[in-house]
Amino acid sequence: MADLFTIEDLRLSLPDMTKKPLLGQAPRIDILKGLSFTLPKGEILGIVGGSGSGKSTLGRAMVRLLEPTGGRILFDGQDITHLDEDGLRPLRRRFQMIFQDPMSSLNPRHRVGQIIAAPLSLHGFADVPARVMDALDHVGLSRGFANRYPHELSGGQRQRVGIARAIALRPEFILADEIVSGLDVSSQAQVLNLLEGLVQELGLTLAFISHDLSVIRRLCSRVLVLYQGEIVENAATAEVFDAPKAAYTRELLDAIPLPDPDQVWT
Amino acid sequence: MADGRSQIRRRVGLKLWLSGGWIAFLVMAALCAPWLAPHDPLAQDLFLGRLPPAWVQGAEPGFYLGTDSLGRDVLSRILYGARLALIVALVAGSLTCLIGATLGLMAGFLRGWVDVVISRAIDIWMAFPPVLFSILLIAVMGPGLTSIILAIVVIDWTRFARVVRAEAMAQGAMDYVASAQVAGRRRISTMFTEILPNVLPTIVVLLTLEMGIAVIVEAILSFVNLSISTDDPTWGGMIAEGRTSIHQAWWVLVFPLVTLFLTVLSFSQLGEGLKDRFDPVLR
Repeated sequence: MADLFTIEDLRLSLPDMTKKPLLGQAPRIDILKGLSFTLPKGEILGIVGGSGSGKSTLGRAMVRLLEPTGGRILFDGQDITHLDEDGLRPLRRRFQMIFQDPMSSLNPRHRVGQIIAAPLSLHGFADVPARVMDALDHVGLSRGFANRYPHELSGGQRQRVGIARAIALRPEFILADEIVSGLDVSSQAQVLNLLEGLVQELGLTLAFISHDLSVIRRLCSRVLVLYQGEIVENAATAEVFDAPKAAYTRELLDAIPLPDPDQVWT
Repeated sequence: MADGRSQIRRRVGLKLWLSGGWIAFLVMAALCAPWLAPHDPLAQDLFLGRLPPAWVQGAEPGFYLGTDSLGRDVLSRILYGARLALIVALVAGSLTCLIGATLGLMAGFLRGWVDVVISRAIDIWMAFPPVLFSILLIAVMGPGLTSIILAIVVIDWTRFARVVRAEAMAQGAMDYVASAQVAGRRRISTMFTEILPNVLPTIVVLLTLEMGIAVIVEAILSFVNLSISTDDPTWGGMIAEGRTSIHQAWWVLVFPLVTLFLTVLSFSQLGEGLKDRFDPVLR
């Protein structure tokens, strides 16, 4: 299968304003230290790592919310590493993002219908209202939700709105950044089931960022383990769970709470 | 998946009714002043000087709130004074709001050099003593309605710019801004469609507050005789005049003062009430 994303030696550093001298440049902190991997079409890639490992930064660089300072990002063969917003705009429809905290990512003063419709109208879709309803149907929300405000919804419902907004554009790629970490366990399961179904139905390629390996194990076909801005493991899910190569991966695996501490993952 | 969250409704607060009622009453009074006022507000009659209000011994029929030392009817002057007060409140308040809020929104959301320029301008502006600044402005431009409005706008836009900038900065850090970028929305468009609705409740509260302040500033300027011509009835002018005869005729001071107080209070409460009632997030 063709690769949707090809990432070569991706580097990203930000100025450290806390250590900025009175005059002159602030020293830079390297957040991503040369990452290379490919993401084939139709795959669900899990990106794991602890806090500060750079997983969210990697995600945001892939959807070009951040501009890398080195390396290359190819999306469907096209170099998007340093494209400006005007250049990115036609491509924006094809890669979407679902955010961690829907309370922050859904505009509190827009109705759900407006929130889902906005990207559609921006990309010049015809029959926007019909597509909004279709998106609501897809995520299992009744159509009446279009007239609600985000704060009138529960956590799980809000995250469904976030998903609906992303899939309404019929993108090829979706970045899901910690989308279930704010939800209770039963909502988590529902949202993950929903996402899994949508990936199959719409033929999506997914990058799923999480710090929770048990969630990754259920959903993803490949896992990328990040540690301090570097890839320490990049393998099929089963392989990572059965025979982790990096010491850091083993640490992460040991941190998963087991129902019975005497059992081992099989 | 339906629950009761969307059914919660807030009742219209007493605050909104009282303040809105007073403002509406004042607007009607100002519009209908020629028909409502029992006397010509400028007509002087020294034989009728310092008549007490209707319910006090020694009152003349027809002068419900008494007369001042020149025999001018206090009620009529308050009614005509409402016209000037309301024009200043509406025009100066809205202009200040428009200029200040736009600059604040741009500084807070666009950041970068735009923010640097606007923020420095605010800092410098706020270092001037405001009352002296307005007196200076009016001294240069000459007294008159336009000068008063201009003085208020020139001095008070920083009040909006500062608060709106802070609010826009906080909103700009929210993920819905990043989400708009992922959707391909332009920065300027994001500023108006995403940020503005979230800053609007603050702007409305500030706007009504500013209307109250504008009324006070006009009164202060009348008090120091820098408002419009001294003949025209203004609340500040009446208060200044009443001060000199407070021991002989308290009504000349008290009635315009109470009207001014109620008006300023109503404007500030109106903003809070409107926010409580119409902000979807608070509902």
